[in-house]
Amino acid sequence: MESILQVNNITMVYPAGVIANKNVSVDVTEKTIHAIVGENGAGKSTLMKAIFGIIHPQEGDIIYKGKKVNFKNPDDAINVGIGMVHQHLMLAPDLTVAENLILGVEPRKGSLFLDTDKAVRITKEVSERYGLDVPADKKIKDLPIGVRQRVEILKALYRNAELLILDEPTAVLTPQETVILFKTLFRLKENGKTILFISHKLSEVKQLADRITVMRDARVITTEDASDVTEEEIAHLMVGRDIDTARLDPPEKMGGVRLSVKNVSYIDDENVQVLKNINFDIRAGEILGIAGVDGNGQTELIDILTGLSRPTEGSISMDGKNIAGLSPRQVRELGMSHIPEDRMENGVADTASLEENFIVDRYYKKEFSRYGKLDWKYIRKYSKELIQKFNILTQSSRTPAGSLSGGNIQKVVVARELSSDPQIIIAAQPTRGVDIGSEELIHVLLKDARDSGKAVFLISADLDEILKLSSRIIVIYNGEITAHFKDVSKVTGKDLGPYMLGVKKEEGAHGEIHS
Amino acid sequence: MSPLLKSIFSTGFGFAILRVMTPILLPALGVAISELAGSVNIALEGIMLMSAFFGVIVSTFTGSIWLSLLAGITAGVATGGILAYFHLKLKADIILAAIALNMFASGFTIFMLYLFTGDKGSTSSLKSLVFPEIQIPILKSIPVLGPIFSGHNIMTYIALLAVPFFYVLVFKTPLGLRIRAVGQNPNAAESVGINVNRIKVYALLLSGLFGAFGGLYLSMGYVSWFSRDMTAGRGFIAIAASTLGGNMPMGMFWSSLLFGFVNSFAIYIASLDIPSELIQMIPYLITIIALALFAMRKQMKKKRVDEAHELYSEDVISSVVKDISAADE
Amino acid sequence: MEKFILKYFTLIRTLIAILVGVIISIVLIYLISKTPAYSLKQFLLGPILSKSRLANVFENASPIIFCGVAIAIAFQAKQFNVGAEGALFLSAAIGTAFAVSTHMPALPHVILILVVAGLTGAAWGWIPGVLKAKWGASELVSSLMMNYVAYFLGLYLINSHFRDKSAGFLVSLPLPKTAWLPQIIPGTRIHVGIILAVIFALLGYYFLYHTTTGYEIRTTGNNDKFARFGGINVVKVVILSQVISGMIAGFGGMTEVMGIHHRFNWQNSPGYGWDGVIVAIIGRNHPILIIFAALFLSYLRVGSQVLNLMADVPSELVAVIQAIIIILITAEAFLSQWKYKITMKQASLEEAGNESIA
Repeated sequence: MESILQVNNITMVYPAGVIANKNVSVDVTEKTIHAIVGENGAGKSTLMKAIFGIIHPQEGDIIYKGKKVNFKNPDDAINVGIGMVHQHLMLAPDLTVAENLILGVEPRKGSLFLDTDKAVRITKEVSERYGLDVPADKKIKDLPIGVRQRVEILKALYRNAELLILDEPTAVLTPQETVILFKTLFRLKENGKTILFISHKLSEVKQLADRITVMRDARVITTEDASDVTEEEIAHLMVGRDIDTARLDPPEKMGGVRLSVKNVSYIDDENVQVLKNINFDIRAGEILGIAGVDGNGQTELIDILTGLSRPTEGSISMDGKNIAGLSPRQVRELGMSHIPEDRMENGVADTASLEENFIVDRYYKKEFSRYGKLDWKYIRKYSKELIQKFNILTQSSRTPAGSLSGGNIQKVVVARELSSDPQIIIAAQPTRGVDIGSEELIHVLLKDARDSGKAVFLISADLDEILKLSSRIIVIYNGEITAHFKDVSKVTGKDLGPYMLGVKKEEGAHGEIHS
Repeated sequence: MSPLLKSIFSTGFGFAILRVMTPILLPALGVAISELAGSVNIALEGIMLMSAFFGVIVSTFTGSIWLSLLAGITAGVATGGILAYFHLKLKADIILAAIALNMFASGFTIFMLYLFTGDKGSTSSLKSLVFPEIQIPILKSIPVLGPIFSGHNIMTYIALLAVPFFYVLVFKTPLGLRIRAVGQNPNAAESVGINVNRIKVYALLLSGLFGAFGGLYLSMGYVSWFSRDMTAGRGFIAIAASTLGGNMPMGMFWSSLLFGFVNSFAIYIASLDIPSELIQMIPYLITIIALALFAMRKQMKKKRVDEAHELYSEDVISSVVKDISAADE
Repeated sequence: MEKFILKYFTLIRTLIAILVGVIISIVLIYLISKTPAYSLKQFLLGPILSKSRLANVFENASPIIFCGVAIAIAFQAKQFNVGAEGALFLSAAIGTAFAVSTHMPALPHVILILVVAGLTGAAWGWIPGVLKAKWGASELVSSLMMNYVAYFLGLYLINSHFRDKSAGFLVSLPLPKTAWLPQIIPGTRIHVGIILAVIFALLGYYFLYHTTTGYEIRTTGNNDKFARFGGINVVKVVILSQVISGMIAGFGGMTEVMGIHHRFNWQNSPGYGWDGVIVAIIGRNHPILIIFAALFLSYLRVGSQVLNLMADVPSELVAVIQAIIIILITAEAFLSQWKYKITMKQASLEEAGNESIA
């Protein structure tokens, strides 16, 4: 069989200096299902964006059906027969299935009018041709996610896509919907389509793909026939590390349980069960790490712990007091602090000064204000101390937070969250996207917090970080805890990988101390 | 029958409702078309003023009703275009830019009015031609219906025809589909190669077009002169009418009719020495209540849709599974 | 110099916008007037050439300052509540009703009237606030509608229940002397209201920048997710900012009645609420800058009235200029190229400097 797409030595460096793809080459054979797997940040999405013309790599070229192509934008890619199904579906909720399908290439009556009947007919035709059942005249907002995704696939097929790119298509689906999607994809392959499939769920990949490309650290590690590798082997290739990362010394003395999560479940607005019966404890003086690929329920878990949302079921007790459903202020008052996943969204107000960013959780306390009057003199002095202590590079304490570099903004967040004398620290992706110097500083600070008897909960997609800092590790996959490592001294990335990727599962795993 | 009821049940009252409704319905359609494309346009007040003014000026100087029509339309569409330019190109907040445009239109028209009349007084006005009134052949001789529906200014009929026109435009043309798609999910539109900003520009220009007819009617139909600030808030009332009508053509027809009814009613009872203010207040109160109810329903609906999802998804899944397994065998 | 430009970029951009507006007005005057030099002098210097006109500048500025501060407090929380107009109108009407139906000594009377007006305005801000905070209904649309409700309700109250039938116009009964705000400069109509306006602007500044509640409002406006994350009760802040906004607008309306007209004589909505939006934008939602923006706007207005009266140019010139100024200030991309160039130049200079050190 012939190759439909060849990616040759693509290198993509983002303006901030992050190397997202380094000499990446992939060869996709027509009429196959080709999977690209890798951890978060391995460079899969960048590669897809480059193929689809959304971004433009500095080096390398792309050959489609034997011809070198140079897409200026996704339109160019669509025109030669490449279709993409985005993870966040690109559909207008109040339009019908048929209307969404023909949007941009509308059939017309005369030259002025929309031919709605024809649109419905087209929808039925396309849907029959590929065996993808959709209700043509129903509005998108009235359909479940799985059906919406099918509309998105039909959209690409209607635009004559020969090569279909699916970006983590199963992330939003229920198991039944996933089964249906796979049958669909097989059928499309039989129909002569080529499918490029991004995933980190290895069981799926193994089931579905003919060939598998593994990416790690912006590079392609290998491309293999799916029948030649086992899930364990793929997991090892993805995680990669044999080198033992430097570990913190284990904590010297540990106290009692500070935070105890019992039977927590959460069902989101889309009616998806995001968390299933989560149980774990965190003791004073330890760092509990939670390893997992992004999007397996970590965000929701953090929101529940910090009072930003309420669990559907279960309890969270902090020093014996149930805090589920308390407000963020109440939870913070009890001694919790929170380094958020996304610093620009939750961690700072970018147009406000550093001073104002430092006091968001404490401006009402008596050092900072009296009878409702802010003590700016003290706040300024206090801010300058934090800037110095946490080595934040800024012109002054009155500089808007948004004008600092990413690493320094993160230090602002960390400085605030660690200076409130917290008892429990929820640290989510504490070093994501920061320079090495800041990363080291933040790691030292978390270690100091641990050693001074605080309970730290570390959420990170970066395995090295989890392995380096954690005193114990739990693994989350698809909203469930799939493993608990009490002794981390011998644990490597390769041990965690299979649990993170859903290949292995400890039945009834939890992170509790007793039992 | 009391004098009040007598006047309400007169055909003159029915006629007045349609007359008063016209300059609300047209801009309401204008508000709605930009709203559907995802841009809040509160500049209809200014758009109408500009059209009303330029129509009159050209009528005075050329004596041609056609050129006046053209001038009014151009002025309205251009004002919509200026808003689009500042909002989309110069990244101004559309609400603040619209407030500035309304202010500009008010000042500019009075300023120009002075230059043409040389009269600085606030009561100065400029005489104008008017658009013709239309007697509808058979209809006009039918009792009751005739006096109510026949003999209106042509702009009133244009306003009534604008409702189906709006419907066809929004629901039956590719442009309408794209406008709705851009308003609901710009990323989706962009992903299929639609230029989102261009569609928004079209919507704002169309908004100007609807507003232009409303403005032209005011100065060249409703009355026959231009006077300062003669829109008297109708551009804002249009926002109420489009909100109350849910941006849907028939909804806006009924809400504009309500405004027309209430305002005519207020005028009628004013002559009877009954306080009209409370009556005139009603449509705004209804709009606020409707706004609140819509917002509440939206929140409730979310839950219901979730339940519907479950039902539907099981339904579809089982049918599809059956379908697929049948095909596999 | 360039560092200075970068640091004060928004201020400089505002000044340039004002300059462009003034230049356009000068050009217009030259185009229109038969005696341009004389007209220009009347326009630019008219307000300071006579005591009564200068007094007019301050009289007119007073309600605009109130409304500007009111609008700024809502805008700082990113609430597009433009209901100052309605709050001002209705508060003045209800305040007047209260004033003419009560009798007591001057000081308590004045204070109580202001309390009634302030509470009315607060209630008027509360409604769009609650609709927004609880259900997400657009405060822009609801506050616009509230303006009309306020207008008709106010007119009804005055025309049907407190009308002075002996007057030739539709006006309310006159306020008793105990409800008058004293004049502060004899021979003018400048009254205590302007002092109150400045006090409220200063209080507004103090409130926004030196109190915990003001901090909550600004933080919510800057990034509401961050505010919630940090423990601020965002729902409360969204409502409160609009309640305070309505209250201040209410004071503004009532002081106008008590200080200038001494009876309710508005048959059309006076437009101060919209002027408030203008000065809030020009003053970038900073209450102290708003004082100057209001004086500037008022100066332009008086200048244009002089122009109208003494020369052959209509006063609406000002409406044209203020619209141009505002649209330039709000156009984010206006002069952004210029800023970009300076930033890049600075950055490369710094880099060169760093290298030479290394």
